[in-house]
Amino acid sequence: MNTTEMLQPPPAMTSRLDGELMEVSMGPQHPSTHGVFRMNVALDGEMVVKLKPVFGYLHRNHEKIGENTSYLGSMPYTDRLDYFCSMTNNWAYALSVEKLAGIEVPERAEYLRVILAELTRLQNHASLLGFLLSDMGAWGTPLMYAFREREKILDLFESLSGSRMMCDYMRFGGCRVDAGPDWMERAKKIVDLFPKFLDEFEKLILSNEIVIMRTQEVGKLSAELAINAGMTGPMLRACGVNYDIRKVDGYGFYPRFKFRVPLGEHGDCYDRLMMRALEMHESVGILKQAMEQIPAGPVMNPKVKIRAFRPPVGEAYGRIEGPKGELGFYLISDGGTNPYRYRVRPPSFINLTVLEDLCLGHTVADVMVILGSVDIVLGEVDR
Amino acid sequence: MIGTGILKGMAVTARNFVGSYFEKDRLITVQYPEERSPLPENYRNFPFLIYDTDDPEAGLRCVACKICEKECPPQCIYIIKSEDKKPDYMGKPQFYAAVFDIDISVCMSCQICVEVCPFEAIKMDKVFELSKRERFDALLQRKNELAKSNEYYHSIHPIEAAEVDAKLAEAAAAAAKKKAAAAAATAAGSTSAPGTVPVAPAPPTTP
Repeated sequence: MNTTEMLQPPPAMTSRLDGELMEVSMGPQHPSTHGVFRMNVALDGEMVVKLKPVFGYLHRNHEKIGENTSYLGSMPYTDRLDYFCSMTNNWAYALSVEKLAGIEVPERAEYLRVILAELTRLQNHASLLGFLLSDMGAWGTPLMYAFREREKILDLFESLSGSRMMCDYMRFGGCRVDAGPDWMERAKKIVDLFPKFLDEFEKLILSNEIVIMRTQEVGKLSAELAINAGMTGPMLRACGVNYDIRKVDGYGFYPRFKFRVPLGEHGDCYDRLMMRALEMHESVGILKQAMEQIPAGPVMNPKVKIRAFRPPVGEAYGRIEGPKGELGFYLISDGGTNPYRYRVRPPSFINLTVLEDLCLGHTVADVMVILGSVDIVLGEVDR
Repeated sequence: MIGTGILKGMAVTARNFVGSYFEKDRLITVQYPEERSPLPENYRNFPFLIYDTDDPEAGLRCVACKICEKECPPQCIYIIKSEDKKPDYMGKPQFYAAVFDIDISVCMSCQICVEVCPFEAIKMDKVFELSKRERFDALLQRKNELAKSNEYYHSIHPIEAAEVDAKLAEAAAAAAKKKAAAAAATAAGSTSAPGTVPVAPAPPTTP
């Protein structure tokens, strides 16, 4: 959009303005944009009249790299998509390759995947709440508490997979290493202590008058728009649409666990914030069940070749409920060692498409809150 | 009443502030250069090459088969295979890597080279304080920098290294058994010509 087009005020506004709009470029180095995200905002006083997101500052050609490396070679690259939740990225990619090649996964590996995915959800939502609060101006304290809990979970990931964030843990047909009994003990302890942190965190923020004023009735999203824009995850459920891929697809062993899907009502920032808090409670429940039920056994399907892995000709789309929404990988195989087509369906990119609709009519300060509540990670948006 | 939510939040901060002096799980920071939290067994960051015995040149397990170079996703390994064969630490003639470089500014620590190596020759290191003043050459690790002894591997990954050693010993025992059987067979077959012991050179393992 060129500048002159942007500076045209919408007709309804002209009476109040004297034809003067201010164009502000927020980002890409703005600390509240969660990375290198840029918004060209046209302002009438403090009101947002137009907003245009600009992506691509972190573009790394992920999909093209995926077409030029082997199937296994793409696995460490998926860690770098949404670097907060590398475990779920691994799972989504492994799931689609397993669908493509018809690989079975041992039971223990499936349980381990559920455990790690739910731990990922806990740490992602916890740090999101911290970031959202620091976007609102509560610098430091909530983010520090959230990161303290996240750190414990990252330590678990490190002792299991060798790396805190770039886990590269899952393989086609299972997981790379088995979790020992002492790892399980540690994980159990952390999961048992997590509700304490959640209660404390909820006391800290959810009844806080400033948080309520800043988030309620801000950035309202209607269910129709959410469905039409293809939103998924907590963003969609905050509008009251009951759609959770863990329930709909029942991948992994999710049908074996009892959990509820929290639903919002208004679709505003407060509901989105609450969605994350409630989902963490459900995740703790799933984790407790999974840790009780996990059987002994192998974690890797021995039939899967590591080198020269060639799935049959065909295509597959594997998707999971990531912490941010539906994360899917679409693969086409031509029988070679590299995928013919490798496509990522990134939840945070698609959730970002409604940003302008959410922000119109709100102030600049609210734009940061709305952007924070969408929960984006630029590694995934730009790929 | 307005303000009660804020007061509740203040109580939480106060509890955290006071609690951080008494409760271990409220204060988990470590004062890094002085204190260090122990690295877990599985921790990984950059690959290194293993040599047996105490000769870092001849004892290298790597036979320059180039599988890791091919499989490495960011292509950070560069190998030139030798023209000739040199006896390795067991006296068996093998190809070796004339050049083996790893550019650790490109490496993304994914451990795929370790998984694909059929000779257990490349493993992940735990050294993470690698900052250098120069940007290019200092981050390119040559063969002599990469070569580290099996004892070092045992010191950083004790459980894994013991498993690898057991596996290698088993393979060596199987190979020795096979060789002995072959030798016995040839000895039985060549009774007519005693004194000429057939020397069967091991075929070069180049997949």
